[in-house]
Amino acid sequence: MKPDEQREPVHLRGLSADDPHLQPASAHPERAEAVIAVTLFLGLLGVAGFGACYWVNAAPWTLGATLGGGLTFLGIGMAAWGKYLMPRGPFVEERHSLAATDEDRDALAGAIVQRGGTLLKRRKLIGGLLGGGLGVFSVVAIFPLLRSLGPLPKGTLFHTDWKKGSYVVDQTGRRVSVGDLAVGSVMTVYPEGAQDTDRGQAVDATVLVRLSNEDFTTQRGRETWAPMGYVAYSKICTHLGCPVGLYEQQLQLLVCPCHQSMFNVTNGAIPQFGPAPRPLPQLPMYIDASGFLRSQRGYDQPIGPGFWERS
Amino acid sequence: MSDVAVTKRSQRRALGPYGRVGKTINELDERLGIAKGGRSFLDKVYPDHWSFLLGEIALYSFIVILATGVFLTFYYTPSQALVTYHGSYLPLDGQKMTEAYFSSVNLSFAVRGGLLMRQMHHWACDIFVGAIVVHMARVFFTGAFRKPRELNWTIGLTLLILAIVNGFLGYSLPDDLVSGTGIRIAYSIIESIPLVGSYLAFWIFGGNYPGNGVFQRFYVAHVLLVPLIMIGLVSAHMFLMFRQKHTQFDGGGRTEDNVVGKPFFPVFMAKTTGYLLIITGVIALLSAFAQVNPIWQFGPYEAARISYAVQPDWYMGFLDGALRIWPSWTFHSFGHTIPFEVFIPAVLLPGVIFNLAFAWPALERRFTHDDEFHNLLDRPSNRPKRTAAGAALLAFLFMLFVASSTDVLANFFHVSLNTVLIAMRVLVVATPFIAYLVTYKICKELQAVHNAGRRKTANIVSRTPAGEYVATPSPLYPDDRHDKLEPTPVPDFISTGSPEVTESGVRTVER
Repeated sequence: MKPDEQREPVHLRGLSADDPHLQPASAHPERAEAVIAVTLFLGLLGVAGFGACYWVNAAPWTLGATLGGGLTFLGIGMAAWGKYLMPRGPFVEERHSLAATDEDRDALAGAIVQRGGTLLKRRKLIGGLLGGGLGVFSVVAIFPLLRSLGPLPKGTLFHTDWKKGSYVVDQTGRRVSVGDLAVGSVMTVYPEGAQDTDRGQAVDATVLVRLSNEDFTTQRGRETWAPMGYVAYSKICTHLGCPVGLYEQQLQLLVCPCHQSMFNVTNGAIPQFGPAPRPLPQLPMYIDASGFLRSQRGYDQPIGPGFWERS
Repeated sequence: MSDVAVTKRSQRRALGPYGRVGKTINELDERLGIAKGGRSFLDKVYPDHWSFLLGEIALYSFIVILATGVFLTFYYTPSQALVTYHGSYLPLDGQKMTEAYFSSVNLSFAVRGGLLMRQMHHWACDIFVGAIVVHMARVFFTGAFRKPRELNWTIGLTLLILAIVNGFLGYSLPDDLVSGTGIRIAYSIIESIPLVGSYLAFWIFGGNYPGNGVFQRFYVAHVLLVPLIMIGLVSAHMFLMFRQKHTQFDGGGRTEDNVVGKPFFPVFMAKTTGYLLIITGVIALLSAFAQVNPIWQFGPYEAARISYAVQPDWYMGFLDGALRIWPSWTFHSFGHTIPFEVFIPAVLLPGVIFNLAFAWPALERRFTHDDEFHNLLDRPSNRPKRTAAGAALLAFLFMLFVASSTDVLANFFHVSLNTVLIAMRVLVVATPFIAYLVTYKICKELQAVHNAGRRKTANIVSRTPAGEYVATPSPLYPDDRHDKLEPTPVPDFISTGSPEVTESGVRTVER
């Protein structure tokens, strides 16, 4: 490369300065410039104001207002500068085909097919071994990535922590006794010891509804499940596992706020409305000699939404 | 010591005709060879049309997301460890919560500018996904996805999916009551996949719900894994657009073989940088005045609790709506359960929709037998079937979106939930057909009207002193100033013809 002093200024195709393509797009450039100047000044004030607001730790909305206002004005000014004061054009650029000639393409294809083909044909054994090795690797490499991520489901989806004789406790761990709920009211309960655990919250959570003062039968075969009107259902919706958190007292419906599945508490939580496919599993209760509520046994089926292994 | 006096003028001469800029370019070009490419980069012509700005909204809100997101990572802790809150937001005082929720509340209230950054991050994301959808609609309806741009359509669609996934991941991170429920639903959706569902769910979440260390995983995916892929794809998207050049609408000297517009430097650069500032500014203004995702009001997540009448971010709405209105059909036999009530609306349906979108360019080529290159865009009304199909799909998705607020609609209109449910089922099925027919008809009508869509000049009617009304004759269509000039190539230099100029393009001022 030549030293700079010896370089001649190049003469290329050009436009004379008074060419209409180079005139500003605005019909009144001075007016446009004044407006843009005001806009940019407002923008400057805005971003400076942002600095000031930040400095004095002003309310968050002032930070947003000054930053947003400042940037918006700066942006409008800049875009307007480009739109109104810069050459109006239009300018044209040729669009050339990106494709190469047929010879070039054939050369590439030939290189791949012929060179590669002869390579593989001559060395079938090691080619196959290398391919096999990489293939096996690509499969086994997934194993640690996937398998280390978590345990296998095994039986965990099928069982809860409700056991034979589990004490029913509330959120704070206090045992629930027979006089705790008025007829028509509802509470969320857990098996004793699980109320503070993630699993207790997400899997064992159970809704206890008191429907009457006498033993209540929701379905045939469940005559002893609801002593003194205490009916217990899994709180985990059978649709997508949201907690069935709403109780419509007059209609005696448990409602899931996520997708509006409704379960009738009087007939075994059969879904009355919404996308839930199954009743909420019912937990058989009994009242022990001291008046505490306890579970006769665990749930007789997996709680929550459906999955492949569930029968 | 040289006996040549070092003057300002001699220094300037030594720098060559273009001064320091020229010197820098010499140095860079010697090493990297940037001169030729750099020149054609500056000269690259960008066509003008408002609809081409939609993709820029997506790009620039993505930049805002990245910038604000980096800020948030400094203060967020992805941990499920329990802490007790004693911060500046008194309603939560003394509550037990995870560190994830604690740090999210804290970065909103205790970190200066934190709330603004969090709101900007959330708003920018909502706008990002929206801009992608609208941009895709533009590309679809104008046929910009046709040969040679099918690959870029695929990349863009992948970006949309990644944006939705990452939006959901980010929405989950604060561990508030609303997002926690969202994670629970996501778990159940994964669980619903036949054969592998429970294994997948266990591996993604590290166990039975609520899993083990899920925030750690979501966090790494949200701030590293997915953004990295997205940045790569955005770069590829831009590179392909740059290499294949912009599409443009017909007219004003525009042909299949040229691009007519403004050069990158300085016109497009000024406009697009201004646009970046405007978009950032508008996001900041929205964040200042419109509250989004107030996690401190929702409270910390507890698996056994739930909030009422909450919707996910808008881009998840169609899935939620589908889950709400799909009937409770399930399958259990042979000792197995396939939760069709979840699997069909939440897995199969989005799968079918996105695969249809991926396949569309190939499908259209197959049906139209059109294997030509297309650099000129279609007017949507000239492609009535495609336009009607797009309108039908958008109508379908929109109705699913509306269906995600059945409970709110029932409350608002004082009708039963059952009525709303049945109405939504009917609307979701019927609206696409109606949209197809109506759009098709409108397109056909527009085709029949000459110059439909062109702006006409106003009729100027004036009253004479005598009280007579006279219409000033004017052309039917205003002459666009730009149309009067023939497009010219971007000039290599501009000759001012001024006597001061001694060398072309360089003005030497003696001091």
